[in-house]
Amino acid sequence: MVELAIKTSQLTKRFGDQAAVDGIDLSVPKGSVFGFLGPNGSGKTTTIRMLLGLAEATEGTIELLGEEVPKRIEQILPKVGALVEGPAFYPFMSGRNNLLRIDAADRFADQKTTEARVESALNRVGLANAAKKKVHAYSLGMKQRLGLANALLKPRELLILDEPTNGLDPQGTREVRNLIRSLADEGITVFVSSHLLSEIEMLCSHVAVMSAGKIVAQGKIEDLRNEEPTRLILATDEADAAIDVLKSEGLGKSRIRGLQIITEVENDFDVAKLAAVLVSKNIPIREIRLEKPSLEEKFVKLTGEGFEVVR
Amino acid sequence: MKLFAKSLGLRLMASELKVMFTRRRTWAMLAAIALIPILLAIAVALSSERLSPGEGPPFLAQVTQNGFFTGFTAMLLALPLFLPLTVAVVSGDTIAGEAGLGTIRYLLIAPVNRVRLLVVKYLASLVFILAGTFTLMIAGALIGAALFPVGPVTLLSGDTISIFEAFGRMALVALYTTVSLSGMAAVGLFISTLTTVPVGAMTATLVTSGVSNILGNIPQLEWMHSWLFTYYWLDFADLMRVPIEWSSLVSNLVLQLGWIAVFGALAYGRFTTKDILS
Repeated sequence: MVELAIKTSQLTKRFGDQAAVDGIDLSVPKGSVFGFLGPNGSGKTTTIRMLLGLAEATEGTIELLGEEVPKRIEQILPKVGALVEGPAFYPFMSGRNNLLRIDAADRFADQKTTEARVESALNRVGLANAAKKKVHAYSLGMKQRLGLANALLKPRELLILDEPTNGLDPQGTREVRNLIRSLADEGITVFVSSHLLSEIEMLCSHVAVMSAGKIVAQGKIEDLRNEEPTRLILATDEADAAIDVLKSEGLGKSRIRGLQIITEVENDFDVAKLAAVLVSKNIPIREIRLEKPSLEEKFVKLTGEGFEVVR
Repeated sequence: MKLFAKSLGLRLMASELKVMFTRRRTWAMLAAIALIPILLAIAVALSSERLSPGEGPPFLAQVTQNGFFTGFTAMLLALPLFLPLTVAVVSGDTIAGEAGLGTIRYLLIAPVNRVRLLVVKYLASLVFILAGTFTLMIAGALIGAALFPVGPVTLLSGDTISIFEAFGRMALVALYTTVSLSGMAAVGLFISTLTTVPVGAMTATLVTSGVSNILGNIPQLEWMHSWLFTYYWLDFADLMRVPIEWSSLVSNLVLQLGWIAVFGALAYGRFTTKDILS
């Protein structure tokens, strides 16, 4: 039995008669980097608000680090760092003073180590040089970094990061990715939401896909990817003969795209053997390869292609 | 002792005051409050006309004879609108301001207990009111002393008190006014939990004091007058007698505590169950 850092059961949040989050069962294993993927408006941030006790669940239960939310929220939160719906700071105070302010709000924070912890958090996100600048002079990316610094003010067991790379340039995005990796290496469970599949694919070991308030897929990224069939791509000038061979080899329906014949095959399909058979029948091969399923196809299949906001 | 300070949330209180007094807005309001007695004193000093006693606002005639009356007169002028305006700004901003900036979600997950945050926010607005009323009295004393003769003060009751004692009365008036405005600050705190738009909360809070003033001026509604939080506002004159007439201070205190209890409870009920969606 895997220990879970986050566990929800039938978690639901209704606004009026619309369910923003509709009975989701999240299972985030301890030590994982867990991607929470879904298009805009699919209920990711609402879920995160409920996890952190900012909003009350209409139905369902939440356990964070083995304790019940919202009942034990004050005991849990010191162990949890979070970035929710973008960073938010007092624009008229410096970045450093903003962090001191939030640390002062935390009754459980050790006052003696405040300064040192603030400095090290600022260093960790590369903001040490801008620490004395007022936040209104910060770029969006700098605010995002400050938000991350805030999440790292104390040693944490769990980080909940809502769209952590929003507003960052490619350089900053890479740094944040590296930061998250290094945090995960320290054994911290990282729960990161994003609408960008590529982000999740690069970072995460596990993923849950939200669509219109429901979780439509959840598990290890590898497992999810393997749910999609592998494709055999074969390009030849003698398509008809080739298709006959494929049929005799027991493969299913193929479709033709230009010179290519595309057929779904098992994950462990032996290409070399097929190639040998084709060659033995004198069918010229321009190209033959297996295409591993991409997560993107799976994602689009699960959440729909459209650009329109679903609701 | 340290644990005691910790549980009281003194660190959060200190941080709250630091945020408040880092804002230029706070200083601008205090400066504007200080301007009231200054403008008043200059206007009186420049005017050649001498008011006969009883003409114009109370105390105005005395200002030229004794500079110490500047602060009292300015308080009378500032109480109906200007001081409530600053109270509306500060108390309306308490929760709505944090919600508008979004900082409230980071405070709450820091974590800070919601009740504790509410209490600290309210106490901080009282500190601002205290700063405002003392600013007004001190600015009044300084400009009065600069432009007019000062000396032992002849009170409404005809008695004369020493300069030293006059300072005591000034402090008392500032405290009395702070008490007067404390009920309104609780109303502002409650309104502030209703919205994420601070300007809306500020305006609504100011409207409540306006409405209270208007109701207080309608004789047909006399039965409700003594329940209005503005009812005792101008009665600080009772502190200008020998012996001091404490009764209005006591009734005022009881009335304000009532408003604080009711609107504090409403703010509590609202804020502790509110979904933070900003």
